Amino acid sequence: MITELADWVSDPANWQGPDGVPARVLEHLGYVGLGLVLAAVIAVPVGLFVGHTGRGGVLLVGSGNAIRALPTLGLVTFLFLVFTDSLVAAIVGLVVLAIPPILAGTYAGIQAVDRDVVDAAEGMGMRGWQRLWRIEVPISLPLVLGGVRNAVLQLVATAAVAAYVGLDGLGRYLIDGLANLDYGAVVAGAIVTALLAVTLDLLLAGAQRVVLPKGVRLATGTGPSAAAEPTREVTA
Amino acid sequence: MGIEFRGVTKTYPNGTVAVDDLDLSIEDGTITVLVGPSGCGKTTSLRMINRMVEPTSGAVLLDGRDVREADPAVLRRGIGYVIQHAGLFPHRTVLNNVATVPLLSGWGRRRARERAAELLEIVGLPGELGDRYPAQLSGGQQQRVGVARALAADAPVLLMDEPFSAVDPVVRQGLQDELLRLQERLGKTIVFVTHDIDEAVRLGDRVAVLRVGGSLAQYGTPADVLRHPVDDFVAGFVGRDRGYRGLSFLSAEGVRIEDVPTVRLGGEPGVAPGWRLAVNDAGQPRGWLPPESIVDGVLTEDDLVAGGSLYRQGTAIRGALDAALSSPAGLGVVVDDDGRVVGAVTAHQVLDAIESHPESVGSA
Repeated sequence: MITELADWVSDPANWQGPDGVPARVLEHLGYVGLGLVLAAVIAVPVGLFVGHTGRGGVLLVGSGNAIRALPTLGLVTFLFLVFTDSLVAAIVGLVVLAIPPILAGTYAGIQAVDRDVVDAAEGMGMRGWQRLWRIEVPISLPLVLGGVRNAVLQLVATAAVAAYVGLDGLGRYLIDGLANLDYGAVVAGAIVTALLAVTLDLLLAGAQRVVLPKGVRLATGTGPSAAAEPTREVTA
Repeated sequence: MGIEFRGVTKTYPNGTVAVDDLDLSIEDGTITVLVGPSGCGKTTSLRMINRMVEPTSGAVLLDGRDVREADPAVLRRGIGYVIQHAGLFPHRTVLNNVATVPLLSGWGRRRARERAAELLEIVGLPGELGDRYPAQLSGGQQQRVGVARALAADAPVLLMDEPFSAVDPVVRQGLQDELLRLQERLGKTIVFVTHDIDEAVRLGDRVAVLRVGGSLAQYGTPADVLRHPVDDFVAGFVGRDRGYRGLSFLSAEGVRIEDVPTVRLGGEPGVAPGWRLAVNDAGQPRGWLPPESIVDGVLTEDDLVAGGSLYRQGTAIRGALDAALSSPAGLGVVVDDDGRVVGAVTAHQVLDAIESHPESVGSA
């Protein structure tokens, strides 16, 4: 097993050309990216709307859980039978997979904004959109990105199903390896997939830190400077 | 800018009546306090002024015009709004928080920030706090920023919803003093909501006592409400000490101030049979020297017993009584505006003055 893996990894043919790891990684990233963008385009506005207006929260959480329960492999197979198009089936399957975490993160982020802060914003004369973009979104951005991170992890792990309906990506190594009893390819494909997931997750964790507004970091005490003492009351 | 409630009722869909047929006329340039127990509709009433809540029937008039004629956002930018936990925007610096309404109203960035800096000074915050974030401020400082933010657009009306109830008592008193000082300078129409009758009496030019169910129980000056509560509810709400608190509105003119024997810190006092008041070189009281004390050499603060509260000449008689009652010598120290000793009063003298006062609690 280990030797099979070592043989596979040391074979230069597996690292170049249209069947090589770099090409497969790019294909894989393509499915992930496409699924993520489409899911975000659907889930972020819905999450913002529900969080901002407070309407439909129960429905949202319930349907989110129901969608999560769908097995992606089964869904993709079903979609392939319906649409008879591999790409549509795979991408729709991935979008359905990625929507719940993004939706939950966005909704939770907006909901977590202090009610007093929202009340003050309204009382100062901010209109609904101004309140959303200037107050609620910046403050909730870290949680929204947390949802995106979750979605990306699941997408990278699950995008292998694309190969099941005849597409490419890292799933090829798994499907073809199993079919050809080439376990070196199977294990290598799994490892590359895991490494890709971890790398993307680290990148997003970095992004999450960057977009976290300084004042919010100080308020939640998640940063190093949060330890700074609040200044003493000067005049009272 | 006067505010008028005309037959205002607010009923929620579940049938709760928050405000019941409220008629109230708030005068321009005064502090009017809405006070009452929880569930009396004081916050709901306040929030109907800036349309955060819409009345079910009746109308709220601002400067003679129904507030429902105005666009809510524009209306609110012209009304300062301060809430209990300040509600500062955590992701914005103090200066940007204060500049919020000027920016919303389309001022230039630079002008808005200059105005914000000016406001920080007005509410007594050092300018360097402008670049901090709300999380880096104490509770009292956050409230001051909240007040500064509400004042930034120079709105003639200020709504304050229990703004000081989340800070500790010492800070609260500082903030109350500050508000009164600000009001002397700015002359806004302030509507202030609190559940604390002491705060209401301290701050209000007029006090509106509301009862549970949202009806107006009594509306008048603080002295009026304390001295002549209209019914048992108001009497119960303003509390048992209302006789004593009523002294806050009685002048101390009739109280005879007597000379008090003093000794100087740093001098040699000798021995005397009675209490003597120690003063510093500026003539300000530092404490009491007990009868028959023998001081070794010169008098220092270590030889003294701490004094009671001081009564500043010209203020209400309540302070004079408190000074007399809290003094270890039984003599309330009277000081002038610079804190120098003028003389002393006894509790007897104060009570005599109260009894013979034409407006006193006893004769009311």
